[in-house]
Amino acid sequence: MPEINGFGHSMKRKEDARFLQGKGNYIDDFKLPGMLWLDIVRSPYAHARIKSIDTSQAAKVPGVLGFITGRDLEKYNLHWMPTLAGDKQMVLPIDTVKYQSQEVVAVIATDRYTAADGVAAVTVDYEPLPVVVDPHKALQPDTIKVRDDKDSNRIWHWEVGDREGTAAAFAQAATIVREKIYIPRIHVASIETCGCLADWDGVNKRLTFYVTSQAPHVYRTVLALVAGHVGLSEENIRVVSPDIGGGFGGKVPVYPGYVLAVAASVLLGKPVKWIEDRSENLAADSFARDYHINAELAADQAGRIVAMRMDTVADHGYSDAQASPSKFPAGLFHIATGSYDFQKAYMQVDGVYTNKPPGGVAYRCSFRVTEAVHAIERMVDILAHERGEDPAEFRLRNFIKPEQFPYMSALGWEYDSGNYHQALRVAMDMIGYADLRREQAEKRARGELMGIGISSFTEIVGAGPAHQFDIIGLKMFDSCELRVHPTGKAIARFGTKSQGQGHETTYAQIIANELGIPAEHVKIEEGDTDTAPYGLGTYASRSTPTAGAAAAVAARKLRDKARKIAAHLLECAEDDLEWDKDRFFVKGAPGKAKTIQELVFAAYTNHPSDLEGGFETVHYYNPPNLTYPFGSYICVVDIDRGTGQVQTRRFVAVDDCGTRINPMIVEGQIHGGLTQGFAPAMMEEMQYDENGNLYGGTFMDYMVPTAVESPKWEVGETVTPSPHHPFGAKGVGESPTVGAPPAFANAVVDALWHLGVRHVDIPITAPKVWELLKQHGAALEE
Amino acid sequence: MSTHHIKLTLNGETKEADVPARLLLVHLIREVFNLTGTHIGCDTTSCGACTVILNGRPVKACTVLAVQADGAAVQTVEGLAQGGQLHPIQEGFHQCHGLQCGFCTPGMLLTSAAFLAEHPNPSDDEIRWAISGNLCRCTGYMNIVKAVQYAAEKMRAASAQPAAAD
Repeated sequence: MPEINGFGHSMKRKEDARFLQGKGNYIDDFKLPGMLWLDIVRSPYAHARIKSIDTSQAAKVPGVLGFITGRDLEKYNLHWMPTLAGDKQMVLPIDTVKYQSQEVVAVIATDRYTAADGVAAVTVDYEPLPVVVDPHKALQPDTIKVRDDKDSNRIWHWEVGDREGTAAAFAQAATIVREKIYIPRIHVASIETCGCLADWDGVNKRLTFYVTSQAPHVYRTVLALVAGHVGLSEENIRVVSPDIGGGFGGKVPVYPGYVLAVAASVLLGKPVKWIEDRSENLAADSFARDYHINAELAADQAGRIVAMRMDTVADHGYSDAQASPSKFPAGLFHIATGSYDFQKAYMQVDGVYTNKPPGGVAYRCSFRVTEAVHAIERMVDILAHERGEDPAEFRLRNFIKPEQFPYMSALGWEYDSGNYHQALRVAMDMIGYADLRREQAEKRARGELMGIGISSFTEIVGAGPAHQFDIIGLKMFDSCELRVHPTGKAIARFGTKSQGQGHETTYAQIIANELGIPAEHVKIEEGDTDTAPYGLGTYASRSTPTAGAAAAVAARKLRDKARKIAAHLLECAEDDLEWDKDRFFVKGAPGKAKTIQELVFAAYTNHPSDLEGGFETVHYYNPPNLTYPFGSYICVVDIDRGTGQVQTRRFVAVDDCGTRINPMIVEGQIHGGLTQGFAPAMMEEMQYDENGNLYGGTFMDYMVPTAVESPKWEVGETVTPSPHHPFGAKGVGESPTVGAPPAFANAVVDALWHLGVRHVDIPITAPKVWELLKQHGAALEE
Repeated sequence: MSTHHIKLTLNGETKEADVPARLLLVHLIREVFNLTGTHIGCDTTSCGACTVILNGRPVKACTVLAVQADGAAVQTVEGLAQGGQLHPIQEGFHQCHGLQCGFCTPGMLLTSAAFLAEHPNPSDDEIRWAISGNLCRCTGYMNIVKAVQYAAEKMRAASAQPAAAD
């Protein structure tokens, strides 16, 4: 019998074998008989009227079989579709395009090269219209209106907190700091782009839809809701989400290309594949972030934070297509009071339309938590520096204390658990904080620039309690169906969908831990809506908090059944039995025992007559609260005064995600997450010119870090289990992406504060730092 | 569009096909020969997901025409394991958790294997430069570097042993 490999075992991943040998099954690997290809004509303009569409030349290309325009879809009322945020967006335009790279015409052909030839041969005549790309300009009264169906560019206005009380606290504060913080638009840039293969069976009226989806069940229901009136009925829709080559939130939204592939398959009666190329992925898919934050933080004479205020403009592009299932229009942005104990806070956020692609996705982040953490961690650092205090000391004084949990934040979140002092102290010990401060002082005296940056973040993940979270009304529970076969081997199916997180291993270990069946004997399946129990998918670090919990509860239900069988076989009362790892034994007589394998076999062969046969169950887990992982990161940078280059010398990351199931996988998640925090902090940004043209729509100029730029991470841990989760786990995949950027920014500003630099927006590129050095007379020029 | 008859060795097997002049090597491998382990991640030769070994050198198969591979020996990820035995680089990625979603992995494996063939005792920094043409969005590269070192050590140990008799 193999090792059980329950919690705490760094078991090697079960999914690796196929990925290492080229036997993964990604969307572009699917091939069906008679399969056609779809490609898309896109708008070169950010705002333009379509004067005419001419497909006549394209129709002459051998192998081009058909076209779909907005007018074609309008006949079926399929030219619009709902977004997950309850707004709507065009599948194809009727007469006006609203952002660069918007889909205009679909071309269907026999193969991918011919489809591209067809796209090149379509002529669209546009009349360019004025463009608004700056959300502040979009809020001015005499501006260009982005949406013809709306009264203004303000999508929503949202407020939370105690406005008057916060104003009063600011009026009495000893120190107030204010800063404009911009969190730029970025892209998830998973190495696999998005795509789908739609296969309509006209005889049985059945659609099989293979698609890169982090939430396959949600897609099925959305398809049924959008196209129910033209004959797509939910029992006849099968969504299959195969191996996914990275998701990070970008594979949560439904994109127009998906609807077009389905429409084309229905119209032509053939399977139709659409795989976007990298430029399409970067230019047209949902972006992330794009928050303009005016932040204020106030402290009393003793250096205690007393109040926080934020006024934010959220640029959503042409549609509010953000993938946030929370009831709050700005997602979980009001976690922005962070790890600190103060009771007066107020924030207002305005969502705004502009002529940019719609979005945004919660890129490796539970819906605006990255924006919130960056804002509070920058402000805390500015306040500490303003008071002339060490930012570590300042944080330690202001943290919520361990005995205050569960803690109700000023903006209404109940933090489940935490020990922020411990995490920061562990990080300071690991990096040798006091020595670094001494070194910094010596270097500064010599004119060298070295900075130390801290980020002590609080995350909020695991959506979610059904009363606060839903997608188009679907409550945010998640599920596990567990079947154990007569020989003691199991299959478990889930409503989530791994994109590299290692669910096939981690979930198996949860079941192994709870039921004693070796993880190697537990097969995990996700992504096929015909077989998996309903679930809301994998994003927002929710898989372990929700589906992982469902697995534990399902396994415990079966363990209860096993107890009844054991009592029957051992001829004792259920209360006389005790559980040990993989068996029940009679109390005081460890020799009288039945293993889980024996008990499962009996469930099929020799079970008590008053008990149902078989050994299967399903559980839908609705978490009572979110989980609140946290951590403290410390970054050390050296800045070259001759070039503005920032060198990351060290980066220590102490994460607390409660119980760790597979430490190897957790550490892998942290490495990757930190690198996706480094990327927007130092390299990545999607910039647009005033005409709405995207700079950098390829990997030649959208700077995804390589192995050379990526820092070498040093990781540490503390363990504060979640008190409400069945085995004390919290999500972890997103913590490092959320927590890392302010550590970099704080380190750079820490190096430059004595020169008069108070803030620098991310990404902190060498040219940006070089300009700052010049402005403050610190640049070394020849 | 002119069509050309080509003949090449793919993972040791002789293959022939009539291909249009513009067909890319990556599409020849994936769509004509149905070996889908070679992936496509960009359209600018930036990401390296399509890396294969062409006559002993790693190339990005999205930027090589199929006709350029006429007469060549091509190795893909499917050809790495031999006789049911994983190549040391595959073993290293498994042991060191050098992969997550798996999409960049075939390209990473082939670039690393070609690098190790010429640099049996590399430093971590040399490995980082060697794989800098292959993007990974999941791992942060730390465990990939460890995986390559694992393979390097294993390959050094194997070459130090006298060859086993057949």
